[in-house]
Amino acid sequence: MPELLEVKDLKTQFFTRDGVVRAVDGVSFELAAGETLGIVGESGCGKSVTALSLMRLIPQPPGKITQGSIMFDGQDVLKMDDDEVRGIRGNNIAMIFQDPMTSLNPVLTISRQITEALELHLKMDRAEARKRTVELLELVNIPSAKKRLDDYPHQFSGGMRQRVMIAMALSCNPKLILADEPTTALDVTIQAQILDLLKNLAREFRTAFILITHDLGVVAGMTQRIHVMYGGKIVEKADTNELFANPKMPYTWGLLRSIPRLDENRKAKLLPIEGLPPDLIAPPPGCRFEPRCQYRRDICREKEPELIGIPNAKADHEARCWGTQAGGWLVDSDWHRDVGDLAALDAIKAEVADLPPDVKRVEAADDDKKKGN
Amino acid sequence: MLKYVIRRLLLVIPTLFFVALITFVLAQAAPGSPFDKNETKPLPVATIERLNRFYGLDRPVYEQFVVFLGNAVRLDFGVSLQRDRSVNDIIGQGLPRTAQLGVMALFVALAVAIPLGVVSALKQNSAIDYASVFLSTIGTTIPSFVLAIVFIYFFGVLLKLLPFVGWGDGLDRRMIMPTVILALGPMAFLTRITLASMLEAIRQDYVRTARSKGLGEQVVIVTHVLKNALIPVATVLGPAAAALVTGSFIIETIFSVPGVGREYIRSILARDYPIIMGTTMLYAAVIVIANLTVDLVYGMLDPRIKVA
Repeated sequence: MPELLEVKDLKTQFFTRDGVVRAVDGVSFELAAGETLGIVGESGCGKSVTALSLMRLIPQPPGKITQGSIMFDGQDVLKMDDDEVRGIRGNNIAMIFQDPMTSLNPVLTISRQITEALELHLKMDRAEARKRTVELLELVNIPSAKKRLDDYPHQFSGGMRQRVMIAMALSCNPKLILADEPTTALDVTIQAQILDLLKNLAREFRTAFILITHDLGVVAGMTQRIHVMYGGKIVEKADTNELFANPKMPYTWGLLRSIPRLDENRKAKLLPIEGLPPDLIAPPPGCRFEPRCQYRRDICREKEPELIGIPNAKADHEARCWGTQAGGWLVDSDWHRDVGDLAALDAIKAEVADLPPDVKRVEAADDDKKKGN
Repeated sequence: MLKYVIRRLLLVIPTLFFVALITFVLAQAAPGSPFDKNETKPLPVATIERLNRFYGLDRPVYEQFVVFLGNAVRLDFGVSLQRDRSVNDIIGQGLPRTAQLGVMALFVALAVAIPLGVVSALKQNSAIDYASVFLSTIGTTIPSFVLAIVFIYFFGVLLKLLPFVGWGDGLDRRMIMPTVILALGPMAFLTRITLASMLEAIRQDYVRTARSKGLGEQVVIVTHVLKNALIPVATVLGPAAAALVTGSFIIETIFSVPGVGREYIRSILARDYPIIMGTTMLYAAVIVIANLTVDLVYGMLDPRIKVA
């Protein structure tokens, strides 16, 4: 099957006063038509910037896509002129943003914000576009949609606004929807509804989507495959069941260990990932996760591992880890039992403890900035 | 909506009452009298007393105030103490000129400030951006009477390009300088507000959403950014418009524009109480109405503000 989307060696950088932030640093992945993919990682790992790069929505300056190619439907998005890119945005690729409170224009009616794309891409007239908008709003379960067409965003709740965003994204029947943390800003009770809606509609319209989240729990039932990102790179690729059953990268283990489980002994403590996220201006020379990895060896600091297939796993399961790759020291280890080198763990904790508290805060703030939000 | 307007209009009454009360008391408390202005040939004491009795100035202040209020309700502000003309007549003659000056200045200020603010927000660090910073610094920091004198010297006296005395009917070259000078202050202020609120609006999430829909840059700026960015500008327009009308008395005096502002200054110097009261009440009414208009317009521009 020909791929719908083929991203090769994508690098997006932000040129700041402190240096070049390598927010996305050589990311490659593919997506077939109708396929669903989850991109998971902590704040500042480059997942949002990856999504924005696909639509060339990176604010420039300071951001710039410095390398790579994004083949969408046989055309390289990065080689298009501005008009061609605008022809794709909203039409073939649509995006759902994180915060529905701020992502809708407060002074335009709901209908206007949906009809403008319909008029632009599908060449509908006002009346047609309004009719279609009612259908779309009904599709995303907005009650009495017809009456609410001329409401303003502030008259809608957060969950309803995110439904509007979904309706907006679906409006021109895109081939690909990018959902960037679509439920992070919502109540937990609403999260499941929105995710279900997104999943069902995407299936109904055979739309491919990429779900970007920091929450492994969110992607679990949602996507066919998952890519884990860390420090601007993809560190593990697998299909969803395989990733949860047989993760092959210590960072993924860390993520899984930090999720509370219902079937766990109640006294068991959650194990956080120690240390700080990597500095994307001067990333570690070896494995990006090495400074926080309790399984590390000397080679991890010296040389960066490739993202390649690994033993004891499905054929398309890839990980970026010296330990789990062929000949590594973690090939046969069971992550449930083996918690790694405790001395290394203490060293990581000690390193962070030595930092004055304000450094930690500054780094956390930097992360938010790098996310490009 | 209608109820809101009526309520706001009713609130105008106490506002105007207190403005009248304070002005009346202050004007009377100021030393001097309307009849002591000719120092070389002072009026005989008996004449002054007769004049005072004739105009009711010999009665207690509160009594005078009550009489003033009773007449003012019927829009009768009395007769000038120096000139044998009614206050309404004097104001009625000056008002069209003052209004024309104010409206033209507001128009000039807006016509320059909004495009300038928008363009300098879109093209930061460009020549236009620096020009707008320069303009708003000049307009904000240098008082209009200083600029007026500088302009008169350069364009009027040195280059002889523009006349600088008097006014005219319809449109007249004599109007250019007073209008421009009067417009400079609000122009500077409005440019800064436009620039700041454009920069604020342009980095909002909904602008990214608009771009993600594939809208052209022009549509994004006009329908999504500008519509939001102009709301703060509209809120300051009321005070700005009021400042233009009330602030013009300095300009009117400098350029000898026969408007209400010049009468205002003249009346204060002459202790011409009826004219002081008449012009003050006019200014107060203008400010109150300008603010009410802006509040109503604000409710139309921003759907989140509900006028009720």
